[in-house]
Amino acid sequence: MSSVVENAAAYVAAQQDTAAQLPGYGLAELDAGRAAALEQLSRQGLPSQQDEDWKYTSTRSITRAAFKPASAGATCPSDFITQSVIEGLNPYRMVFVDGFLSAALSDLEALPTHVRLRSLAQVLSEDATSVLPKLGQMLGDPPHGFAAMNSAFVADGAVVEIEAHQHLERPIELLFVSGCGDEGLVSMPRTLVLMGEGSQATIIERHCSLKEVRSLNNSLVEIDLGKGAVLDYCSLQSQSDRSFHVGGLFAGLAESATLRATTVSTSGALVRNDARINLNGENSTVHLDGCYLVFGRSHVDNHTHISHNRADCVSRETYKGVLGDRGRAVFHGRIVVKQDAQKTDSEQSNQNLLLSEEAEIDTKPQLEIYADDVKCAHGATVGQLDDLALFYLVSRGVKRETARRMLTQAFAADVLDRVESVPLRQYLQSLAFDRLSNA
Amino acid sequence: MLKISDLRVAVDGKTILNGLSLEVGTGEVHAIMGPNGSGKSTLANVVAGRDGYEVLGGTVEFKGKDLLDLDPEVRAHEGVFLAFQYPVEIPGVANIALLKEGLNAARRYRGEPELDALDFLKLVREKIKLVEMKEEFLYRSVNEGFSGGEKKRNEIFQMAMLEPSLSLLDETDSGLDIDALKIVAGGVNSLRSQDRSVILVTHYQRLLDYIVPDYVHVLAEGRIVQSGDKDLALKLEAEGYGWIEESAGAAA
Repeated sequence: MSSVVENAAAYVAAQQDTAAQLPGYGLAELDAGRAAALEQLSRQGLPSQQDEDWKYTSTRSITRAAFKPASAGATCPSDFITQSVIEGLNPYRMVFVDGFLSAALSDLEALPTHVRLRSLAQVLSEDATSVLPKLGQMLGDPPHGFAAMNSAFVADGAVVEIEAHQHLERPIELLFVSGCGDEGLVSMPRTLVLMGEGSQATIIERHCSLKEVRSLNNSLVEIDLGKGAVLDYCSLQSQSDRSFHVGGLFAGLAESATLRATTVSTSGALVRNDARINLNGENSTVHLDGCYLVFGRSHVDNHTHISHNRADCVSRETYKGVLGDRGRAVFHGRIVVKQDAQKTDSEQSNQNLLLSEEAEIDTKPQLEIYADDVKCAHGATVGQLDDLALFYLVSRGVKRETARRMLTQAFAADVLDRVESVPLRQYLQSLAFDRLSNA
Repeated sequence: MLKISDLRVAVDGKTILNGLSLEVGTGEVHAIMGPNGSGKSTLANVVAGRDGYEVLGGTVEFKGKDLLDLDPEVRAHEGVFLAFQYPVEIPGVANIALLKEGLNAARRYRGEPELDALDFLKLVREKIKLVEMKEEFLYRSVNEGFSGGEKKRNEIFQMAMLEPSLSLLDETDSGLDIDALKIVAGGVNSLRSQDRSVILVTHYQRLLDYIVPDYVHVLAEGRIVQSGDKDLALKLEAEGYGWIEESAGAAA
């Protein structure tokens, strides 16, 4: 490894120091994967605004001082978990503390035998051959240095395996608590969701902070949906204003599979989400929705990439943002329709509501079509609250602030209203309500 | 109740109301008629407090208070209600949520306790009957996907809920078929009382067959040029606005 880009040097050194302690070390395939990712990280470094995909998102607040990789063993009070539960959800819960599974805080009681929830560390140590072919498969070439870093350090996270034709009634919650250890730690959980043919499940990936310490959460999720599998997925980021979140959602869908994914961001200093969905089988469907509420000095960047690789697939994408104060957001939605993907049916929209003069959104919907028989629509809007609607409400006696909140909530609501799970939907709605009430 | 003196109002730099004076006593129903562009809707919107209207001069007193000094929501709390000519569609805000918020804000303003869910629902069910609306409309987004007639009925339903002391109906009759017109008129009439005043802004006499006014005023070129009783409306219906505009032009 000749030269290392400066902003990655500390991470490369840390990986080299600790590689031998990573779970599964010595397995040729795993070692090679980590080494390749490390090589990419060294060569590319962490992204900067010179990179086209990071043009509107400065990583300086992340790179100005390197984070130290978190280690297993940090603790989180059980009270915190109890207080964070989503009422009525009653999930199988895996709790990760600074990226490492806490068995004590997790609750997998009554888990059916056809479903396996294990930590990646455990799988890599005991049973690596069963998942190694899948690890990194949905990710493909890491799109940027953060994803490469996650792969170079890959150690823990959740491995969710649902056998063919099994319908899981209760949802699975993956709760990632960061900010448990010292100031300045980076956690790098990797989650793998493997759903067999015809299986169904609901998974909630939730990121929150225990303490308000400077922290980086570099999280990566890979989802493999077998033929006809149906997954309702929700990723929620509500971390402290001193935390940085770089998240990846990489999914591959086989024939007739359905993924309904909703990404909700309500707080955090900087949130960057990369979603990459590959519609690999005919008749597969993805609903990719997002809701970002960006206030204070927060920055939320959603980069999505849906690839129609086969014929007769459907994609529906709706991202909605409400920005106030000095909030900034970025939306870049790419839809690629490959040459073989005839009869593609794709709709994408990004709508933004700006509540203050200083708020800023950069939005870029992008369609690339290489097939000739397709139905694709996309569009983006940026607007303010409708003055006439506001006057209508206040003329009925509604206080101006309440009226503004009602209109703002109504704007954000339709994305959340589509979430299937009722307790989850209500939780997200009340979270958005609180966020917009205090805005 | 309402005393407007020498009101002059401009929109986008163009003077629309030009020295309008009008007094509406408690319990009275006044009809304001006039040709298109005479300033009827401007009058209704200025009294309700809509932005975009520049008051150049004059005063508007409501129950002894300077109305122009009050925010629109405070005007509503004081008892002013505007039934819109074009009711606004508000996706995502349920009709019932708007009513509950508006009604309870007014009660808080008056120092009364908020209505609890049960009493509120009882009131809603009583009032919605007045305008013969189905209860499902309560839970739909405000005016979204309503027909023209449903929107106007919804305005009158809101009015019935809020029980304003001064109701301004801006062309509420426009776009209504005769059955809807009767329902709307019935709703307004049921609210008529010694304590409530109504201003009907309308282009046509037709509405006045069902809501009989105490006074009729003709507005032309931004001021009231003729006042009378309901017979004036009949004369306008028969002879049109031409003679009014001529005499207004001659006076100016």
